[in-house]
Amino acid sequence: MKIRFLPIAALLGFIFLYGPILSLIIYSFNESKLVTVWGGFSTKWYGELFRNEQIMGAALLSLKIAAISATVATVLGTMMSMVLVRFGKVRARGLLSGMITAPLVMPEVITGLSLLLLFVAMETMFGWPAGRGLTTILIAHITFCMAFVTVVVQSRLVDMDNSIEEAALDLGASPLRVFFDITLPMIAPALIAGWLLAFTLSLDDLVVASFVSGPGASTLPMVIFSKVKLGVSPDINALASLIILVVSVGIVAAALILQRKPKT
Amino acid sequence: MITPSIAADAKPWRARTETPFVRVTNLTKKFGEVAAVDDISLDIYKGELFCLLGGSGCGKSTLLRMLAGFETPTSGQILIDGQDMANVAANQRPTNMMFQSYALFPHMTVEKNVIYGLLREGVPKVEAQDRVADMLRLVKLDGFAKRKPHQLSGGQQQRVALARSLIKQPKLLLLDEPLGALDKKLREETQFELIKIQEDLGVTFIVVTHDQEEAMTLSTRIGVMDAGKIEQVGEPREIYETPNSKYVADFIGSVNVFDAKVEIAAPDMMRVNADIGPILTEPMSGLTANQTVHVAVRPERIHLSRDKVEADNSMAGVVQEVAYLGNISVYHVVLENGHQIKVSAANSLHDDNPITWDENVFVSWSAAANRVLTR
Amino acid sequence: MKSFLSKLGFSGRGLVIAVPTVWLVAFFLIPFLVVLKISVSEPRIAIPPYAPLWETVNGAIKFNINFENYAYMWEDSLYVNAYLSSVKIAAISTILTLIVGYPMAYYIARSPEPRRSILLLLIVLPFWTSFLLRVYAWIGILKTKGVINHFLLSVGIIDEPIIMMQTDFAVYVGIVYTYLPFMILPLYANLVKLDNSLLEASTDLGAGRVSTFFRITFPLSWPGVLAGSMLVFIPVIGEFVIPTLLGGPDTLMIGKVLWNEYFSNRDWPVASAVAMVMLIVMVIPIMILQNAQNREAKT
Repeated sequence: MKIRFLPIAALLGFIFLYGPILSLIIYSFNESKLVTVWGGFSTKWYGELFRNEQIMGAALLSLKIAAISATVATVLGTMMSMVLVRFGKVRARGLLSGMITAPLVMPEVITGLSLLLLFVAMETMFGWPAGRGLTTILIAHITFCMAFVTVVVQSRLVDMDNSIEEAALDLGASPLRVFFDITLPMIAPALIAGWLLAFTLSLDDLVVASFVSGPGASTLPMVIFSKVKLGVSPDINALASLIILVVSVGIVAAALILQRKPKT
Repeated sequence: MITPSIAADAKPWRARTETPFVRVTNLTKKFGEVAAVDDISLDIYKGELFCLLGGSGCGKSTLLRMLAGFETPTSGQILIDGQDMANVAANQRPTNMMFQSYALFPHMTVEKNVIYGLLREGVPKVEAQDRVADMLRLVKLDGFAKRKPHQLSGGQQQRVALARSLIKQPKLLLLDEPLGALDKKLREETQFELIKIQEDLGVTFIVVTHDQEEAMTLSTRIGVMDAGKIEQVGEPREIYETPNSKYVADFIGSVNVFDAKVEIAAPDMMRVNADIGPILTEPMSGLTANQTVHVAVRPERIHLSRDKVEADNSMAGVVQEVAYLGNISVYHVVLENGHQIKVSAANSLHDDNPITWDENVFVSWSAAANRVLTR
Repeated sequence: MKSFLSKLGFSGRGLVIAVPTVWLVAFFLIPFLVVLKISVSEPRIAIPPYAPLWETVNGAIKFNINFENYAYMWEDSLYVNAYLSSVKIAAISTILTLIVGYPMAYYIARSPEPRRSILLLLIVLPFWTSFLLRVYAWIGILKTKGVINHFLLSVGIIDEPIIMMQTDFAVYVGIVYTYLPFMILPLYANLVKLDNSLLEASTDLGAGRVSTFFRITFPLSWPGVLAGSMLVFIPVIGEFVIPTLLGGPDTLMIGKVLWNEYFSNRDWPVASAVAMVMLIVMVIPIMILQNAQNREAKT
């Protein structure tokens, strides 16, 4: 059983994981518009993709949103994890950690709906945010990304020997100085991982953005979703292939860098 | 040449004329309902190498962390050099600490680690670098300045930690199990280095340790702690020879402790009824007949012989176990009444007929060897 | 700057606590309360399309709290069925994911380095690419003129295409596919800690491989199984994209219902009530997850 069953099952699993991705890539180079008919090798769908202003605009908007919300979420999430792990006695700690864990398991439809209802209520009460669009998507993304960043950074902080920070304090550094001299460099890998996670989640989000977005702002997933509902379209294949390429290169590079680094 | 007078020679705690350098008064730290440190008062003098000795969870580390400023006392006062520490943050205190885990900054070189404290103090960089070089020479790490901590051996890391904590010339250095992570041989060598550095620099050391041998070697005085309280404070010899409680006697070195009841407590003679039989002890004031006490006697104070010797206390028994430890041998002798007693004796080179298993022997000791303990 | 802030009563510490807390209260806690509030409000044809909780009518305060939205959900079989169907789909796909994921996790955990790291990377990698596009990939594979049918037809196994798209089958495939990493990672984390000498001891005592697996390995990996299962089960209940893209009109899932309730019917109070009940449905699996993670942390 150990010799035969396990490797075969694992192999089938990996084929299952990578088959669809492979088929996306292959058909992105298909001359024919029909998925099943091989019309010869062509890169025309890539050209078409880059000429599609709607997709390009949405991609730019999504990247912008992802970069901003990942950055803000990393700052807020790091603060939150410091509060939860390093600040000792904090009032209402239960509420704080609850508000961090809940967004992780909250269905996207509920997160989206609740934020939308909030924005509507705020608009009627304070006149802000006026209408929905970039700002409201950013707020929504920062909120749920922040929870993920907190979890990532928190686990790094818990593993980290508290006495290293105490040693710096003992040598006369102010708490703020300790954070920037000692804590920050030591949790940097977690911050990068948290930022990347937040960036990906934001870039990937369809449901929450659909709820809180307005007519002016369509993110890339929203555009893809509306196109895909109508069926397969080859320029989306091209887009998918590009995303897979960028992500794979990024992940493999990150893995190599992390592996070369000496373990401390 | 005038040598600086150091606490180890001057023994200021005996005269009690000097003002203590560290004065801890009624200090308590509670975690929830549990008192980790329970109403401790303690005086430590300038230049001392004071050891806080106790098992894990006895509160010794908590006491140290309160001195460093990492824990806030629930009640009580800490004075260092006459200054109340109540509102002084850890980074403002005239103390430095050497951590059990060393807590070296892993992303900084040895030099950066050691210089860190000086730069926080605002020492100009050039001067700071000179002082770091001197300090690294003192701890025999010159040549390692550019290494990262993970490129050093355990012993080297320990010395970096020591250098880093000494560089600011603190008035008081707190050391949490400074030798705990080293192996036995290295630990013994380092003990003497530590004493030398302490005497050269004249810094007051407070060392936390669970290792009684280490405490005996290092300290001018030892404070034995148990369950948040200090059981006894004294010089190593005092703690060993005249423990004030069964706990201390038991914790330091090897000892026979017998439960006993006072039989005669006269000014010129005292006898107790112990579980192993009647024992003659030195007269001791403040005891009454029928009082429950413990009698402690060190194994090396008991004489072991094949023939009956004239002594204050003498009992017959059979050797049950012999453990040969090189310089000494330890014998477990079962007395006629079934109780067991530990005896240790130096091994002599010329003894070609040593006492061995199952021999009938006599154990004997003087009244002065006994220590009567009321708690 | 520092002294200025401290004059205002701010400390650095207070600021670090306050900023993320205020954010979460404003954009997580309050929205949640807003949903709760709207779920007990009366729907109205207005902007916003619900009545305030209280209003002053002729100088008297009139409360408008009612549970009609909840009652309405209970009466209309659509909602009850959608909840049941969501739980059913989530449960079945969790089991399927476990069946696919367990051998993979076990194989990776038993692999030597560096193969282990590479395989783990291969598991995580798809997770970082677009979720939507990975679901989309299956459309091309499963549809009537898709890759599978094309292959089967050309080989001659079938004479006419199998209809796979817009069925529950496609939904299960999509869910298993996208949620597989969530199952494998906690399982792997558990299995990699499994002490090989336990298996040797079991074999030494006369158990065969299969028996060792079911008597030793699987029971010991139970916390990992639970954690992985809940990490799949919980989000699948609220899943919207997969049933919408791969499922048919009769694939009933509560995430889809909520979406339609809001976007198509614009019935905000009922959508809110649907959301509240959805959370209640999820409480038990979340508690199981927490429990499993706590147990895992202790080992």
